[in-house]
Amino acid sequence: MKTAMSKRAVAVVSFAQSKNVRREDHRNEVEMLLPVVSEVLGNVGLTKDEMGFVCSGSSDYLVGAPFSFVMALDAVGAWPPMRESHVEMDGAWALYEAWTLLNEGEIDTALVYSFGRSSPSDLNKVLALQLDPYYMAPLWPGPVALAALQARALVDSGKATEADFAEVAARSRVAAVDNPYAQVTGNTSPEELLAEDYVAPPLRRHALPPITDGAAAIVLAAEDRAAQLCERPAWIAGLDHRIETHALGARDLTVSPSTRKAAVGAGLLVDEALSTKAGPHIEVDVAELHAPFAHQELILKEALGLSEKTKVNPSGGALAANALMVAGLTRIGEAASRLMDGRAQTALAHATSGPCLQQNLVCALQAERPEGRGARA
Amino acid sequence: MTDSPSPDAGTTDEGPVTTIVTPIRVDYQYTAGLAQSRFLKGISEGRFLGQRCPKCKKVYVPPRGSCPTDGVATTDEVELSNRGTVTTYCVVNVPFAGQKIELPYICAQVLLDGADLAFMGLVQEIPADQVRMGLRVEAVWVEPDQLAPNLSSVKYFRPTGEPDAAYETFSQYL
Repeated sequence: MKTAMSKRAVAVVSFAQSKNVRREDHRNEVEMLLPVVSEVLGNVGLTKDEMGFVCSGSSDYLVGAPFSFVMALDAVGAWPPMRESHVEMDGAWALYEAWTLLNEGEIDTALVYSFGRSSPSDLNKVLALQLDPYYMAPLWPGPVALAALQARALVDSGKATEADFAEVAARSRVAAVDNPYAQVTGNTSPEELLAEDYVAPPLRRHALPPITDGAAAIVLAAEDRAAQLCERPAWIAGLDHRIETHALGARDLTVSPSTRKAAVGAGLLVDEALSTKAGPHIEVDVAELHAPFAHQELILKEALGLSEKTKVNPSGGALAANALMVAGLTRIGEAASRLMDGRAQTALAHATSGPCLQQNLVCALQAERPEGRGARA
Repeated sequence: MTDSPSPDAGTTDEGPVTTIVTPIRVDYQYTAGLAQSRFLKGISEGRFLGQRCPKCKKVYVPPRGSCPTDGVATTDEVELSNRGTVTTYCVVNVPFAGQKIELPYICAQVLLDGADLAFMGLVQEIPADQVRMGLRVEAVWVEPDQLAPNLSSVKYFRPTGEPDAAYETFSQYL
């Protein structure tokens, strides 16, 4: 199988994020992004004029403003005219586009950023609009209802229990205590969480992500440029993303074959059939999984065949802060940060998009510089 | 796949479905932001507040909190003149739904004195065929008790009677 491995060695060399909050009601998107962009460039002593490419991820549906991503460019300053692109998706996919361009060898640096205001409207309605417009969206199924369908299927399959969901949430909150950017933190026991009322059975409040406004940014650099800019670059060993059908009824919601395929594409798994090899299948120091709902972390861990030795979501993950369009890029940033500060040698970052883990991206990161395939020779 | 019905099966009598109606309404709470809030508060007091870029020194009105050229925060607030220069304009002769102003009317870009970004407004109290680039104008505000944080507070711009501004003074703002 053809994999999406790097032709050149490309690394995350800087990461910055805003504090994640329930509602950012004073600053507009540009004002939210300005300090984040300034910090991410400042970390490596670069200016925007030195960026070979700028790519952002966001969704106009969240703020109800057409072309809000164009206005957001004011936070970077598009003069002299710059090479720029945007994806109407999580910033993790903007990073994928930038990584692709870096691999082509024309540029050596790229700025990736994303911003997401989840608070200006009712997410139950906004997120229903991403569904099939003829048969599903008119019924207005909200994201919690759809996630509950998935969680119900998981419980019914016998693979997980409600107590498992509470375990995931409790661990995330404890981990997030050390994350100054997190929104939902605390030393709460799974037992206490299980005493909560249901929001949509089998999901209780703790199994749901918070509603979050936030922004994040990453600087990517290639080959020697990365080594110059950062003492310990977080090298991207592989990166891939896969999507499944929008028809929820056509999917087995208890598994995530797109995540597994993306992990194969990123070079983390040899093949899709995990059963041919004794587990664990992926053993990295750290995995940042973008699982907005607690039960989705369990599905992702199974899809990846993740070792018990791997530390999952040391940042607290999306249960601690889930700025839409940002939380996926933040997973890459959080995983990379642990390589850049020497706490980890290998990491996996995952981002998701769409209802019930419809689309998934997997990024393999390592402290050791991979051998570029000499696209530039 | 075998024996699948033809795509037209069942619709041949009445023809295909060409339209379905799925009403969608989503409400949003808009966040003006720090800079724009300052500007709108100024408007409700009958004055124009802009912000200056600390790097290139340009003054933006309305401000959005950053310099779109340099990508840095504009923190220095600048109160601008009530007067300015028409940099360019158009004469509107086409009626449209909801129109409140008599035709023809003038829609102009006005460069307020001290600003580096032209501001859109109506020009009145002058025959449409006499409006010109370089025309000096001033803002006419609604009555003080009707001032509000929106651009309806500026009724229109009218000629001041000053000599026209030289082309060189606004040629960079077209």
